[in-house]
Amino acid sequence: MKVSYFPGCTLKNKAKDLDLYAYKSAEALGVTLEEIENWQCCGGVFTTAKNEVATKLSSVRALKEACTKEQPLVTVCSACHNVIKQTNHAMQTDKDFAAKVNRYMNEDGGYSGETAVYHYLEMLRDLVGFDTLKEKVVNPLKGKKIAAYYGCLLLRPNSVMNMDDPENPTIMEDFIKALGADAVVYSMRNECCGGYVSVESPDLAKNKSNAVVNNAKAQGAEMIITACPLCKYNLVKNGADIPVVYFTELLAEALGVKEDTNE
Amino acid sequence: MQRVGVFVCWCGSNIAGTVDVKAVAEALKNEPGVVFSTDYQYMCSQAGQDMIINAVKEHNLTGIVVCSCSPRMHEATFRKTAAAAGLNPYMVEIANIREQCSWVHKDMALGTEKAIILGKAAVAKVNLNAPLTPGQSPVTKRALVIGGGIAGIQTALDIADAGFEVDIVEKKPTIGGKMAQLDKTFPTLDCAACILTPKMVDVAQNDKIRIFSYSEVAEVKGFVGNFDVTIKKNARYVKEDICTGCGACVEKCPMKKNPNEFNLGMDNRPAIYIPFAQAVPKVATIDPNACNMLKNGKCGVCARICTAGAIDYTQKDEYIEEKYGAIVVATGFNPISMDKFDEFAYNQSKDVITSLEFERLTNAAGPTAGHLERPSDGRSPKTIVFVQCVGSRCDACAEKGKEYCSKICCMYTAKHAMLVRDKYPETEVYVFYIDVRTPGKNFDEFYRRAVEEYGVKYVKGMVGKVVPEGDKLKVQASDLLANKQLHIDADLVVLAAAIEPDKSARPLATMLTASMDTNDFFTEAHPKLRPVESPTAGVFLSGACQGPKDIPETVSQASAAAAKVIGLLAKDKLTGNPCIAHSDELMCNGCSSCANVCPYGAITYEDKEFRMPDRTTKVRRVASVNPAVCQGCGACTVACPSGAMDLKGFANLQIMAEVDAICK
Repeated sequence: MKVSYFPGCTLKNKAKDLDLYAYKSAEALGVTLEEIENWQCCGGVFTTAKNEVATKLSSVRALKEACTKEQPLVTVCSACHNVIKQTNHAMQTDKDFAAKVNRYMNEDGGYSGETAVYHYLEMLRDLVGFDTLKEKVVNPLKGKKIAAYYGCLLLRPNSVMNMDDPENPTIMEDFIKALGADAVVYSMRNECCGGYVSVESPDLAKNKSNAVVNNAKAQGAEMIITACPLCKYNLVKNGADIPVVYFTELLAEALGVKEDTNE
Repeated sequence: MQRVGVFVCWCGSNIAGTVDVKAVAEALKNEPGVVFSTDYQYMCSQAGQDMIINAVKEHNLTGIVVCSCSPRMHEATFRKTAAAAGLNPYMVEIANIREQCSWVHKDMALGTEKAIILGKAAVAKVNLNAPLTPGQSPVTKRALVIGGGIAGIQTALDIADAGFEVDIVEKKPTIGGKMAQLDKTFPTLDCAACILTPKMVDVAQNDKIRIFSYSEVAEVKGFVGNFDVTIKKNARYVKEDICTGCGACVEKCPMKKNPNEFNLGMDNRPAIYIPFAQAVPKVATIDPNACNMLKNGKCGVCARICTAGAIDYTQKDEYIEEKYGAIVVATGFNPISMDKFDEFAYNQSKDVITSLEFERLTNAAGPTAGHLERPSDGRSPKTIVFVQCVGSRCDACAEKGKEYCSKICCMYTAKHAMLVRDKYPETEVYVFYIDVRTPGKNFDEFYRRAVEEYGVKYVKGMVGKVVPEGDKLKVQASDLLANKQLHIDADLVVLAAAIEPDKSARPLATMLTASMDTNDFFTEAHPKLRPVESPTAGVFLSGACQGPKDIPETVSQASAAAAKVIGLLAKDKLTGNPCIAHSDELMCNGCSSCANVCPYGAITYEDKEFRMPDRTTKVRRVASVNPAVCQGCGACTVACPSGAMDLKGFANLQIMAEVDAICK
């Protein structure tokens, strides 16, 4: 199976692990990630700048390219996924917005939201299947107590993201179980890490991050996994005393392709 | 040709205000068949009716058209008038020139024109009316009550009190329902068991009432006055007539660790059990999924211990067929599952409980013998947060919750909060609410007592998140009036879960052809004027199966349903509605279209011999309508491709004549 892939800027510097292991794991699962040619930054936070059409153009270009190749577009960074999925939804439902964007673009036939956007986790669940994933695991992570951290962007707004119930998500827990580990369920798993205020009020961000880590630890977690570079940065920077890793790293470990990348 | 009289009603100014009634009477004079036409201020008054009777006699009228209000309002009145004048009551037609004309129009000229057209249509129809005689059917003088909660109990007792036999079918091993699980009842705080169990005993001792416990309704056939019901009596592996309820088997059963349904899984019960001390019938039941003897053939302790010899591991489900004249649905409610509300951490912490679980926790017969202890560690909670409307009034998230108000939660939460503060005054109690809704006799006073006398902290706003951490539940909530975020470290969180109809209600409604709303509550025949009858004749509604209700309301409705049943069973014969479907056998080709659309199951097929033009006989399959079941809805007449199905009183020809008159 071939899919279009949008890595996003953070994955090419701060979050190289997220990207590398995404590639390696996909390969092990028989999925080829075809990186969008000349992709640019997704445009940043959708909700705070929806009216700024120019910042959405790079997302739309990526979507259009996947559309032309008749492939689903897969993303892995929570923030990129959020922006691209919301932009795609706006292209489908908001005629004025779509018209404006298409006037900027120089694409044949324009674009109106035809591409299916999948987060890497959704790709695992819906295209690969967690049962298939389970079969391909070579290093089952038996006995590891792992807490999934969703953060705020991955699932919300639910009406658009349509990925999982934002209050009672299970997709990452099912992922952890598929890898053979124990999923630790804790209440703060879908709360904000404080990332958006980390410059303006670092103390508040620290409080938010610590609340997440402490709650996960209180429920017995030995490790936290996330899909979001900003979440990881915040949790680690604010002193998380258990490992915080990208979910793709855990995936690569279970699939036995982690060593390869270290060579 | 008919001799038709037209009577145009003013209805005071209701009609005359926007319709020139004199012009209508004048215009209709010239319609075919009309020999007399007049108007009067109040046609439904005695003077108006006398005017009709006199006109019938004076002008030898054979048909009557009354241009007045909706036939729902006064058709029956004018039919009686016609009968008093010696006419067949079905020779009356109503032209609705009030609800469908004067009330919805402002322009006199247009209103008058429309009233004339409606009158013409009615005249055209009455010209084709034929006298109709309603059929009669016998009544089986026994009622079936489905559900043995307080609603079913009250209905059964009232029907039995009037001298009729009643059977209660209850799917649980005992009657009593939700009320048996409650601790105290608002607003008087009397103990639920103390007022319920005597009624349960009354039921058991009443020789007019039979209880089918651990049983379900498997099939319903027939119609009002003549229902044929199959009751499935599930195997309880204990002979009901022999078991004395001594409880020796319950004590000795080695399979002790099964979640106790009666205490909502907060403690365990053995594989053989009696739900609670005052159960009716007080008979043991074996849970086949837990019993080692039934699963593996090893054990048999209860059979050895039972001195009465009541244990029977070979018992099979039993099907009982019985006839009933009336059926009362009293299937009740359940709290919704909290699985989709994990923001409140119900599945993460034992100390987040539902209000019904809280009832068991404070009940002297509950798992903690009435001591308020946290389920997790048995400590007594110092701070309790009650969250109202969990899943109720939930429009944005209708998928996980309910759009309606569950109605009882405000009162029982006030009760819980008050009782905690009364028994454990050092406990801090918060109640989060969207609105406090406490109408009802002595209800608002009760709520205010909770706030003013007992110092319960009511906060307008919702809880957003409950985070179990250490031995605390960190509650994050908003106080909308103070415009503040609140963080409370609670020991116990109680969720007032929305209530929904019991899951058995929907399949039952299908069996009864009784209608339901989108929430699976049974629909009443009229929301205001016929609240305890289902639109399906002979099916009545009692309690929360029709909508969320507290105990006082449930009991009133239960008694009202009983009164309706008694009214039905008191009759020896039922007079049917003569406006029913019938099939022209010569035109029917037996295609089943009508039977497929009939919502009442009134149409069957029979093979009938027909004499052909060439004097041979031929057997053909033709439709046949059971006149006692048909409700005259007319769906079959529309579905019939050959035009064989027709509705008496609303014949295809009559409807076409009306359309012609309107289009002329």
